[in-house]
Formats: sequence, C-alpha cells, structure tokens
Amino acid sequence: MDTRILEELRAIVDDRGLVSSPEELHTYECDGLVNFRVLPRAVLLPNSTEQVQSIVRVCHRNRIPFVARGSGTGLSGGATPVNNGIVISLVRMNRILEIDFPNARAVVEPGVLNLDVTARIQHNEFFYAPDPSSQTVCTIGGNVAENAGGAHCLKYGFTTTHVLGLEVVLPDGSLVHLGGKTLDAPGYDLAGIFVGSEGTLGIATKIILRIVKRPECVRTLLAAFNSTNEAGAAVSGIIAAGMLPSAIEMMDNLAIQAAEAAVHANYPDCGGLLLVELDGPVAEVESLMTDVNGICRSNGAWEIRIAQSEAERALIWKGRKSAFAAMGRISSNYIVQDGVIPRTALPQVMGEIQRLSQEAGLRVANVFHAGDGNLHPLVLYDRRVPGQPEAAETLSAKILELCIEAGGSITGEHGVGIDKKKMMSKMFAEPDLITMQRVRCAFDPLQLSNPTKIFPTPRLCGETPGEYTPHPLESSGLAERF
Amino acid sequence: MDAATHSKKSPLHSSLRYRLISFLGPEHVHAASAPDVVAGVQPKLVVIPGSESELAEALRLVNEAGLAVVSRGAGTKINWGNPPSRADIVISMARLNEITEHAWADLTVSVGAGCTIQTLQETLAQHGQRLALDPLWPSKATVGGVLSTNDSGALRLRFGALRDLVIGATLALPDGTLASSGGKVVKNVAGYDLPKLATGAFGTLGIITRAVFRLHPLPRNARSFSMGTKGMEEARRIIQAIQNSKLAHTALQARFENETAPLVDILFEGTEVGLDAQEAQLKELAETASLTIASPEIWNARQELWSFTKPESGAIAKISILPAEIDKSAAAIAKSAKVRQLRCKTVLQATGIGFLKLEGEAANLRLSLQDLREQFESNAGSLVVLHRPAGMAHLDAWGNAGDALPLMKAVKKQLDPGNTLNPGRFVGGI
Repeated sequence: MDTRILEELRAIVDDRGLVSSPEELHTYECDGLVNFRVLPRAVLLPNSTEQVQSIVRVCHRNRIPFVARGSGTGLSGGATPVNNGIVISLVRMNRILEIDFPNARAVVEPGVLNLDVTARIQHNEFFYAPDPSSQTVCTIGGNVAENAGGAHCLKYGFTTTHVLGLEVVLPDGSLVHLGGKTLDAPGYDLAGIFVGSEGTLGIATKIILRIVKRPECVRTLLAAFNSTNEAGAAVSGIIAAGMLPSAIEMMDNLAIQAAEAAVHANYPDCGGLLLVELDGPVAEVESLMTDVNGICRSNGAWEIRIAQSEAERALIWKGRKSAFAAMGRISSNYIVQDGVIPRTALPQVMGEIQRLSQEAGLRVANVFHAGDGNLHPLVLYDRRVPGQPEAAETLSAKILELCIEAGGSITGEHGVGIDKKKMMSKMFAEPDLITMQRVRCAFDPLQLSNPTKIFPTPRLCGETPGEYTPHPLESSGLAERF
Repeated sequence: MDAATHSKKSPLHSSLRYRLISFLGPEHVHAASAPDVVAGVQPKLVVIPGSESELAEALRLVNEAGLAVVSRGAGTKINWGNPPSRADIVISMARLNEITEHAWADLTVSVGAGCTIQTLQETLAQHGQRLALDPLWPSKATVGGVLSTNDSGALRLRFGALRDLVIGATLALPDGTLASSGGKVVKNVAGYDLPKLATGAFGTLGIITRAVFRLHPLPRNARSFSMGTKGMEEARRIIQAIQNSKLAHTALQARFENETAPLVDILFEGTEVGLDAQEAQLKELAETASLTIASPEIWNARQELWSFTKPESGAIAKISILPAEIDKSAAAIAKSAKVRQLRCKTVLQATGIGFLKLEGEAANLRLSLQDLREQFESNAGSLVVLHRPAGMAHLDAWGNAGDALPLMKAVKKQLDPGNTLNPGRFVGGI
C-alpha cells in the first residue's frame, strides 16, 4: 500500500488508531480459525461512525478491500484478512449508547462485548438472549456478522431475532439505517439480510437490540444415559410431548472426559449426557420438569440431577461452554466442526461419524445443541504425526457431507467464512449462490467488503459505477463478471 | 400514459399466449376478467402453473415480453400497497399448494406457496403442531400471500413474526431462475437469509413458490382474559405492568373504539396448573380493572376491523409504534378522529404493531391518515395504508422508507431489472 494512502488513513484515526508495523500486524493475521493466516497491510481502529465512513471512503476510492473485525473469536475465518487489504477493528467502538427498559431496547456500538449487554441490564431483571459460548469475549458486531446462536436459541432465537435495527456504513462509505426501534419499518427487511452476511455487505456501526425480561425461574436438569442414541430418544420424547425447553444440550463420553479434566463440572461418567433447561413461571416449569424427568427415565437415564442452586447451575453450564477449549486436555490438536441435521437423523449420523472416525483412526468428541440438531463434532489429532492433520481435515469435511445428505446445513452458528466456502456448492445449487451474489452486488458492487468469503466462485457485478478497472480477482482469472 | 390506456393500446402478443398454453395447457391460461382487477388495474391474462419449473418458465417468457406480473394466492390482500403502475399477467399460485413434507418429529414443514393457512394448520394439527401465526382470513389466505405481505397477528409477541418462523424459501426470479435459500433445519447460517428478504416484499423481488417453516406444538391448554379499563392511561399501566412482570403470556392487545375506555386482552397457554398460577398473578396486576374470562373470539378483533358499515367510507392502516407509547398513540388517534369527524376503532398489540380503522368522509380520512403518519414517523414509527375507499384521493400506502431506499432500489434492480414484478406497488415507487 502506498504511503500516501497510509498517511491518509492515519490522519483519520490518529496514531493510536493505526497499526502498521509488521510485528503488531501479526496479531490480526487470523481469527479463531488459526490455520488460515494473511497479513493485512494495516489495521485501523476507528472510534466513531464518521471515522469508519472516512476509512471506507478511502478504501472505496483506492479499491482497497477491507475486513471488519470484532474480538476475532470467529471459528470460520470470517475475519481473516484479505491480501493487500486492511482490517477495520471495531473494538474501540464499545459504548452502550442507550438502554430503554419500557420498550425493551438497547442501542450499542459494535465493539460491545456480548455479556456486557446483560451485565448492564440485569439489575432490572432483563437479559440479552443470544449466548454464544464465547460470550464473555465476543462482540455484538461479530455476532451480527455471523448471526451468532448459542445454547438458548432453541427457545429465544438467534442474533437475527434480537436485532431490530442497524446503522450501517456501506462499502462506498455512505450511511444507511436498516430496520429501527419499531417493528416492520416500510420497505425490504434489509436488517434481516445484513445479519449473518459475514461482513460482506458493509460494517454495522450501531445496533438496536431487543432485550428480554428474565423468566420467573430457571430449572436445569442433567441426565446420564448409556449412549447418545438413548439421550437422543429422550430429546425426541420431550419434543413430542409438546415442550419447548430453553436449551437441550448433549455431550458424548469423550466430551464429558474433556470437560471434567478442564473444569471439574462433576458430570456423571456416561455414554450420553443430556442437559435440559426449562424456564418460565414456577408452576409451569415445575410441572413440565416432572414430565421431562419421566421421559428421561423411560428412555434409560440412570442418573438424573436437578441443579439445586445458581452455583450448581453455573457449574453445569461452565462444563458445557468450555467443552471446545477443554479438548486441549485430551488432545494436542483438534478441529471444531459445526453442522446441522434434522434432529431425528441423529442416531444414523452418529453411527456414521463413529464409522468414519474408526476408519480414519482419529477420535471424535461430540457436543450438540440437541434440541435443534446443531452438532459440534471435535476431530482430535496430533499435528506432529505425519498425515494426521490432513486426515483430520478430510474427516471433518466428510462429517459435513453427512449433514448435507441428512437434509441439514454446513453451519448452524459459526458461519461459512473461508473455511466452508467449498462446501457451499454441495449445499446449494449454482442458481441459489448466484442469486445471493446478486444481492451482494446491490450492497457492494466493487466487492470490497470482506471479499473472498462465503462464496466458492466469486462473481463480479455487471455494472460498476465510475471508470472500469478490472478487479484483481478478474485479472487473475479467479472470478468472472455477470 | 396511465395504466388503463397502456393496457388498451398494447394487446397481448398472441404468440406469448400460445407459448404459455403449449406447456401449461389451455385450461391453465385464460383471459382475465373483472374479479382479477388489482387495485383498479385490469390484467389481461391469468396463468395457473402446476409446478415450480412451469412457473419459472412462464415468468421468464412474460418478462422477456416486457409485460408486468402480479402473483396471486387467494387474493385476500391483493389490493394492499399502492396500485400497480402496470399489471398484465396474473400468475395464480392455486396449483402450487402441496404440503411436501411435514417432518413432525423435527418440527418443520415444507409447503407450496398456494396452500391455505387453514389447510396447513389442519395437517399440522394431526401431529399436535401448528405454525405459530395468526394471520387474517386463514381459511382463504395462502402461505405465499401471508409471507409476501408479512401478515402476523397477536401471537407475534411470543413466537415472533414470519421472519422468525420461515427457515427456507424458493424464489422464482423474472429471468427464470429458481433460487432456494435457507434450508429445512431451524438453525442454519449458510449463505444469505433470502427468505427474510422475500418476506414482506410484496412479490416485488421474486415469486415465492415454496417455504419451509419451523413449527411449534399446539398448546396443551389456553385461557383468554379481558380487562375493562377506565381509560387509556390505565390500559397503558396494565400493559406495562404485565410486560414488566414474570408472566409468560402468549398474546396481549388493547382494543378501543372512538373515545370509549379500552379493553385489554391477554392469552395464556400451558399446563392447567401453570395457567391457574398465572391467572392468580394477573388478578393482582390488574388491580382496579375488571377481569373476565374471555372467548378466544377476541383474538379476531383485528380481522373484524374489515367489517365496514360502508366499505366506501372506511380506511384501514397498519401502524407501528414503540410498545411503551400505546396510550400516547391511542390518544393521538382519538384526537385526530375527533378533529376530522371520523369514527375510529383500533387494535394495538403489545409488540407495538396496531391496526386502525377510520370511517367517515373520504377527504377527512386522508387528512387523518396523513396527520397520524406524520406523528408516528416523527417518533420512529410508521403508518401503512392497507385499505382505502374508492373515493379517496391518492395517498402513498407506505410513507417514508428512510435513507435505505436507494439500497432497496438497488436490490430490486439486481433481482428484477426489468421491473416486471408488481411494478409501482412497494415503497418509494418500487
């Protein structure tokens, strides 16, 4: 990048807001997907919407691709920098701008941490519902980009359910407001398309969130089964009985061992562990909890515990939420996978995963959001053993193919990023992907906002404003124009 | 050139009709007549495709011929939005009405856009499930029409709107593309969320041919209550107390008429023991208001707005306000109606979505709608006109679309560059 542009960018954000020395840039070369690394040309840390706009205008004028970044906890490479591009980190834009209890709204900047929203409103018995496992460190802006989920989205919905409005800097630097504080603003639901677009449509600089009143009570039940199939049958029983728990989580034996080693959650040592949480009015929850208990027993649960205190409940969840990181206790390396299946396909898919695991000679630990069929198989391997990293990648990809064959999805909450681009063509037909990219062209005709993500075959937009200059992807033969 | 002269002067190309008949069959292509009129514009031809690929091909041919298309389910809301600037061909969804897959154990259903809500609900009920949505005229309204108009009722408070229930959709684009997005699992972040884009788009981006929904179990028991209040201030106090309580109600609405004291309705669903406990809590919260068990019919209040004393003297609008401003908004409505000498009837839901009927002289209706739109818009809200009497001068159905309008136009241009689909009906002339 030429120094003139760098100086122009520096003038926007001051010295504190610009990272350009190679050693500091290494911090930003990847996100949670650590096996893909690209060194950005510069990292900008704006502290206002106006600064974001000015930076994006410079990029637009000079055709510099940019990647927005929050805490960098994403697991699919959504925040991996782009060659010859810059990173725009939103961590300094971390103010909670407004809390409106009567209307149950909060207005926040993108760099606010997920858990900080709840921390700020819990005194008034409110909470922010989406709870990705990384919620202590991930940002709302990142959650918006990825449409983050979490254990409780079974009942409460995803990030998209809770984002009512957005202030967005479009890839040409202009500012638009999508949705708003009230529902059903006239026009297309562009907030709906923006959430989960993985940074490819622009940068959110303000987010209007829906906040939720805390339920009267929360009850958490832990049930030990001999197998994940038995636990899965209990889940089907709970759903068939017409209940909608706030969370249903499942762990297999390997995942339990890891969680025990890491946080001593005091889980029973069993083949399939089920965690069921119900919330709502006391009388309702107590009555349903009795039913859940019975359904678990009749499906073979040999130990059932109900958390007796908030501390016990917190410990149960700590074990579950630290399950990914806990793998480090039982394996030097692992791949976190994120696939979705129709819940009823669980026994069959689990059987297949086990078969593939044996074939590859690699262990697979399983953690699921069982209520909605979101699987997180963890493929364990040792980087030092020749061939194992490749075998692990292959196994991990095969698991996703199983999900697609079962009628599911290649990602339930981690996003496509660069990690799963190739799988998109297996899940969607070409016309589906082209249609999505036509929508992208409306937002970002020059394809500057987080290009090279989501789509396996980038397609450039037919009409571009201003003088025609071939896109770098076009010149190198990697993309074609509509 | 206005729409009427346009349609007279450009007779439908007979070769197009011939080509449509060649793959749809003569019984599925017929001349349009008076009942096919769309907001005052007479189309020429009605085509009734029998499959998604037939529909896509018909749409492609019509688009190539430069003609304008209106997609139609049962037509219950066909006059919502602005009148089309052109309407040549009606594509009826009547034959794309199959419930392809009710995966009851997975709580999802895949259904053709032409299926009626009632048929869908009856099928789902066989396994104790429902689409947790209470749209208008469910016995006639179709999945595609309800999605395209984003029509949800009081259940939205608990289960969300269509955007929260639709998990997959197939769209036919004017160039003949059939594009699917989303999927048939509830949790899925692969690719753009096009089902949300099509929801509420009034058929201007593509024709929804099929949708996949997440489902909910039918409630074990349900109980409705009505509370008579002394005035808007008390109604607001009760609604806020309920919203601020630990009650887990499914729906909550206020009904009011002219200057009479409002009624507040609440719906609980759950186990008998749970309902008893909630009823007891509600009695405490209601304080001075009179509380009675109500018939489930109260939840039809929104639909009943459409029973006019004289259809030519009534207007209906959907309003969206901040939920805590129910009393202020109701007062504004009552005041405007009084000043303009109109009768008014309003159903306001706790989500901040409301439906307002005004009756009286057409010129005054228009003035009142304008007043109210201005007031709501200045406070982050909106007013969308759904029904207007024939004698009322033009009033844009939508109001201000905000600073994202150019972006919306860009999206429209990408998907429907020829402006084939429902031209002129949507915000900002889209």
